[in-house]
Parts: sequence; C-alpha cells; structure tokens
Amino acid sequence: MRLAYKIILDFIEPNARVLDLGCGDGSLLSMLIKERHCTGTGVEIDEDAIYKCVENGISVSHGDIDTELLDYTDKRFDYVILNESLQEVLHPKKVILEALRVGKKVIVGIPNFCHWDARAQIFFEGRVPVTKELPHEWFDTPNLRFLSLKDFRHFCRKNDIKILAEKTIAGDKIISLEPNLFAKIGLYLLEK
Amino acid sequence: MPNDLGIIKTQSFTLTDELTLKSGEKLGPVTLAYETYGELNRDKSNAILILHALSGDAHAAGWHDGDKKPGWWDNMIGAGKAFDTNKYFIISSNVIGGCKGSTGPSSINPKTGKPYGLSFPVVTVEDMVNAQKKLIDHLRISKLLSVAGGSMGGMQVLQWTVSFPEMVRSAIVIAASVTHTAQQIAFHEVGRQAIMADPDWQCGNYYGKAVPARGLSVARMIGHITYMSKQSMEEKFGRKLKSDGNLKYDFSSDFEVEGYLRHQGDSFVQRFDANSWLYITKALDYFNLAQEENLVSVLSRTKSSFLVISFTSDWLYPSYQSKEIVKALKISGKDVTDIEINSSYGHDAFLVEVEGQSKIIPPYLERISK
Repeated sequence: MRLAYKIILDFIEPNARVLDLGCGDGSLLSMLIKERHCTGTGVEIDEDAIYKCVENGISVSHGDIDTELLDYTDKRFDYVILNESLQEVLHPKKVILEALRVGKKVIVGIPNFCHWDARAQIFFEGRVPVTKELPHEWFDTPNLRFLSLKDFRHFCRKNDIKILAEKTIAGDKIISLEPNLFAKIGLYLLEK
Repeated sequence: MPNDLGIIKTQSFTLTDELTLKSGEKLGPVTLAYETYGELNRDKSNAILILHALSGDAHAAGWHDGDKKPGWWDNMIGAGKAFDTNKYFIISSNVIGGCKGSTGPSSINPKTGKPYGLSFPVVTVEDMVNAQKKLIDHLRISKLLSVAGGSMGGMQVLQWTVSFPEMVRSAIVIAASVTHTAQQIAFHEVGRQAIMADPDWQCGNYYGKAVPARGLSVARMIGHITYMSKQSMEEKFGRKLKSDGNLKYDFSSDFEVEGYLRHQGDSFVQRFDANSWLYITKALDYFNLAQEENLVSVLSRTKSSFLVISFTSDWLYPSYQSKEIVKALKISGKDVTDIEINSSYGHDAFLVEVEGQSKIIPPYLERISK
C-alpha cells in the first residue's frame, strides 16, 4: 500500500463517514470501506474515473469540487479528504473552509513545490520544475496552485485552522528532518 | 444460456379494482401491457422494473413475431447486456393513457361501448405508477432490486421511489427531471396544438374515421427536434439536399432534415394515437415531484439508493436538472451516484449511448444486489 494511503488510514477512526474530494478511481475510498469499515462517497470530475469508482463499488458524484461541496449539510461527514486535489481547485481557501464546514475533520495531502529537487531545477536550470511528484510541464499541468508545506502551515495559522497532525513523506519514507526541503508530500489532519 | 431473448410476447394484466386517479375520478377496468425477460429467482430479489419514455411501449427488448426491429432498449436488456437477463428478472411496463395495450383514450369505455376519446380522465405520472404497483403486486414481488428508465421513464422512477419507498431498493434515473420547466411545457403545448388544430381531430372523436395524421405528425416532428442536439443534427444532415442535389424552388422537401422529420412524423402516425399523445404529454407537464413541498423533504422519505445519469448534449432534460435531484438527495443523506456522460446525441442519448450506460449500470446493480 502507498505510504500516503497508509497515513490517511491511520488518521481515520473506524466506522467513520468519509467524503473524498477528487477521489480518482475510488481506490482510497474502497480501502477505507474495507479496512476501516467506513461509509463514504466521492466527488470526481473525470468521467472515466467515475466508471472505475462504480466498478470499485463506491458511490460517487460527477462534478467539480469547487461547487459540489455546497451540496452537503454542516458536519455531515466525520472526515473530508482532499488528497492531492487541493492544488487543482480554483478556490482552495473556499474549498478548505467548506470542507471544514461539512466535515468534523479534514485531511489534506499536498505536493511540496519547494522540495530541494524542485528548488535545484529552478536555481540551476532556470526552469519550472518537473519531478516524479510533479510530472507535468507548465503547459499541461492540472495544478493551478503551487505551494510548499510551509505555505500550507502558514495558511492554516492565518485562518485559525488547527493542525492536529502532520506527516511528511518522500516516496515510501517518512521525512522528519527539514520536511519543507526534503519531503515531497505533506499530509495534514485539520480541524476548525 | 441463450444469446438473445427469442420471440417475446406482450402480456396484459387487468386490475381487479377501479383505479382512483389523482384528479379524484375513478377509472376501470384498467389493463396494463407488460413484458418480462429473464427468470425471477427463488427469493424474488432480482426483479428490475423498466419504464419507458413518451412514445415507448412495453416492448423493450427481444423480438415480436414478424418484427423488423427489436424492442426499444434491446441494446441495453439481454444476456450479458447492461440489464443482464442471465442475472436479473426484467419487467417492462407500459403506462395507462397510452395506446400500446394499456387502457387509454383509444380503449373502449365499457359504459358506452365506444372509445373513450376525450371522456378518458386526465391521468398523471402518479396514476401511471399506481397502476404499475398493482402489476408488481400481481407478480408477487414485494421489493424491486431496481426501477430504471429514461426521460418520462426516469420521472416514473422518481415517482416510484416517493410513492412506494419500501418497494424500491435502487432507482436508475436517466435524462429526467423532478418537474418540467416552462420551456419543456411549451414544446409539448405546440405539439398538442398541432393535433387539436387538425380538422380530423374532431375533439378527439376520430376513432373509426380519418385520424388527425397531420397534427400528430407535426407534434412528433417537434418532439424529434428536441430529442436531438444541434451537433447530432449537423452531423446527420447539415444542409445536405435530398435527391439530385439541386434546389427545387418549391415547398416540397429540399433538405435531408426535412425529409427525415416528415418520415418520422408519418411513420409515427401508423403506430401512435393522437389522443394518447395529448394525455401523456399532459401527464408529464403536470409532473412535479415536490409539489408544494420542498424537494429535500420529499426525497428524504425515499428508501432507495440512486444512480442519476445525464448527457452533456441533452438540452431538453439538461444535466443541471439531474444535478438538482442529486443535490437534494445529498442534502437528505441518500446514497447517490451520478454521472454526466459525454455524448453528442442530445436527449436521444439515453436510447443510443449504450457504451457509457453499460459501463456504469452493471457494477452499480452488482453493489446494490449485495
């Protein structure tokens, strides 16, 4: 299992109600249903991914995270997950705040755009970085937002969002030393 | 296992009692035409009710003796198809008010011995569903694995989930809405006016005489325009000319699209009753799932899981209308999956866009069956 998935599974209490925003093929959700006995649903914008979700036995809504969240009542879910989808939304602040409204806790997974590898590409090559975690060229990237782990912590502080847990990783390793430089992905458990 | 359903016969069921209609009037005796495909399992847990659109009938799949083409959803119902008859027992029901073997304005009124015509009471989608419920009772099925349909079929599905929540485990609502907008009513009204303006209509008393063929044909043409998309019309016809490629400088039909519409209109007259068109379009225009209530509280009372399907180019029942259903279901905490399938076929997509529907319906039904 991917380390990021394992960390998210560890964040989540058994039998929880979960909403996965940008759920892709539904593999994380189906894992949560099987291993944590969660109930849940997803939101996904890609039509082909919707078919895969249904094949994976989960219910899913075909639409845009930016608008779909408005459809849920307050604290409808125990957890709302934004795993590697926040950087692709048009209004990330609104989405996080909405996620915190409909979920008691929110899990966010973000790619670190200030990993040393990315910094080195900018510094030495003078080019916008392309790495394993950020594989897209500037002209075809789905990412609309470019942030570091430090930026995200700063954002949470400024918006009175409590970070209950932070796990920073690179590949299948936990990175605890200087994560903003060495970690490629940051996973956060949030509450407001 | 047979690869096709073989020769199918439409069956009919006559209700034991009169049906009390939403308008307060009583209708009876009421007969409903239906077909079944596949086998009902021992615990009667694999039954799926299929409901058709405005001009459809009970003949959804397989072939009738002498048919030139199979049932209207034959590409979706059969062995190994989206509604797999190796796994499920499929019931396809007609509606009251129709002219395809169920009681409607062209049926004989037992009190007069003559066809009802306009003395047939106005029926609603609720009434249609109430009659279908009696059919399901008659088949001794207490819970349907799923109720599925597109367009008017989808509206009946919604009504089923609200009228008989205990009987519907899942609802597959395709290219439908909870009520008609002014635009949707307007298109229907033009069709009705075309029929009623036809001198042969005779206030509905045309049975045994010339039928209002021109009126019904125009109504059908308008319908066809709304079922296609700008793109599908462009791809199918563009400005292509019929015959020899020269303009004729008269009012016979020059363009292929004109010929197509006229053909569709004319052939429809052979198989459909003009009064039924009036009654069924009216039922659709009256349909309003929420009525005076709030849609969320109405859908809160349902006990089904929902699969809501729409199509990108459908401008008659656009995706935002499906999203209204989905939104209300989400707020009421129901299990719902929705998809907007990319298609250029317009509203007709629910009949022809088999690939996407066949990818999503089987795994959805599989999950519900568990």
